[in-house]
Amino acid sequence: MTLLRTPTALLGFAILFALALVALLAPLLFPADPLSIAGPALLRPFQDASLPLGTDRLGRDVLAELVHGARTSLLVGLAAAATSIIIGSVVGTLAGFLGGILDEVLMRVTDAFQTVPGFLLALAFVSVVGPSLPVVVFAIALGAWTGPARVARAEVLSIRERDYVAGARAIGMHPLKIAFREVLPNALPPVLALSSVIVAAAVLTEAALSFLGLGDPNRITWGGMIAEGRTILRFAPYLSIIPGIALVLTVLGVYLAGEGVVEASAARKVRA
Amino acid sequence: MPLLAVSGLTKRYRRGDTLVSAADDVSFTIEPAETLALVGPSGSGKSTIARLVTRLIEPDAGTILLEGTNLRALKPSALRAMRGRLQIVFQDPLAALNPRATVGRVIEDPLKIHTRFSRGERRSRVASLLERVRLDPALASRPIHEISGGQRQRVAIARALASSPTLIVLDEAVSALDVSVRAEILQLLKRIQRETRVAYFFITHDLGVVRAMADRVAVLDGGRIVETGLASEVVSNPQSEIGKALVAAAPRLPRS
Repeated sequence: MTLLRTPTALLGFAILFALALVALLAPLLFPADPLSIAGPALLRPFQDASLPLGTDRLGRDVLAELVHGARTSLLVGLAAAATSIIIGSVVGTLAGFLGGILDEVLMRVTDAFQTVPGFLLALAFVSVVGPSLPVVVFAIALGAWTGPARVARAEVLSIRERDYVAGARAIGMHPLKIAFREVLPNALPPVLALSSVIVAAAVLTEAALSFLGLGDPNRITWGGMIAEGRTILRFAPYLSIIPGIALVLTVLGVYLAGEGVVEASAARKVRA
Repeated sequence: MPLLAVSGLTKRYRRGDTLVSAADDVSFTIEPAETLALVGPSGSGKSTIARLVTRLIEPDAGTILLEGTNLRALKPSALRAMRGRLQIVFQDPLAALNPRATVGRVIEDPLKIHTRFSRGERRSRVASLLERVRLDPALASRPIHEISGGQRQRVAIARALASSPTLIVLDEAVSALDVSVRAEILQLLKRIQRETRVAYFFITHDLGVVRAMADRVAVLDGGRIVETGLASEVVSNPQSEIGKALVAAAPRLPRS
């Protein structure tokens, strides 16, 4: 498989695979409630074999929290990226394919969203609606769909001039059906190439929201763990550093894997 | 009543500060089961006229009557319904079909739009259409990007036939094919015309093809029709300058 031939892609997918595995197996690896007390408070890492990463200030197992937190991070990252790509490609396809006044309106709305920093948008949305997992996902997507929308529109503008689109009109296909069945699937590859950047950004935004206490309160998140450790950063820095490293690794894995996908598809294009 | 009556068809494009006529007061008729060829040098507006007649681009003026219905006066939904009667096959078979679709889907789409067949009936229609264009019905499950240019043009013809049209516009439909495939497709088109009595509006720059396929021919130059007549007469004795130039430029092959 060409995809795994580059070392960057290999490393990226290895990290992601390990993370996904850990996230999926979390309830089996740590069946106990990760929010329950597992030992003495503020046990430092590598002191107790049964609590390898130590405990936080309430005596909760840091490793269990980390593993359960991976579920939230990956889930929110992927769901937010998927949501923003869906919204973006639908908006971009409608704007590019139907053109005219609709194009103008949709692209000005896109501009408006793009001028507001995505994180502020997410912050405002969650503060108004209230924190829960779907709200956080949608709030992150709110700031991330403009990129896919622009790329999709540019791609659709070139595809709509192709003969097969004229052919679809010639057989009497409905314009919306042409847009979403003939045009959109052919416009998707460059939009999907954005997904790694979006997933990485979404993971970080989720962590930032949780850090500010706007994550889903019923779930352990890495951002929330960092925030909890912040108050005792001086004498227990590991409580913030450990989830921080997990975040860095996740974002790195997503980036490298995305890089590998883009490289592989570029190589395929050259050969074709 | 002619099958197709086009009159006063005009389309101008702005190129810089000047207006260029791609179609200038073009009028012609096509009778049922007839083949009218439209010839002209490249840039004379042939493809524009193909797209105007099939309502893929909007003319500046003129009427297009298909079986007495003015295609320019129809609402979008009525026009879509009417499109089943009037089909087009494009020049480049590699560009004319969605590369991601399967052969079966490409041919089934017009059936979904223009017939009330059940899924099973559509499947068997697709198979018989593939047989009609001399392709293996097993190709139906293959994606378009896996089959050859000649096969794709046969698929495009099968798709055009699916809605049982009365007129098919063939816009340089054999020009991009290599010589042996071209002859096969021309024979296929002739056989289909005998079987279904469909009329062809055959757009080409190749006079040899005109002589073999067309009943009548119209010669186009700079967006204007400068000569019309029986194909045999125009090809052997053209009256217009451009007609003479086209005949002089046509390669002559020794008869075998």
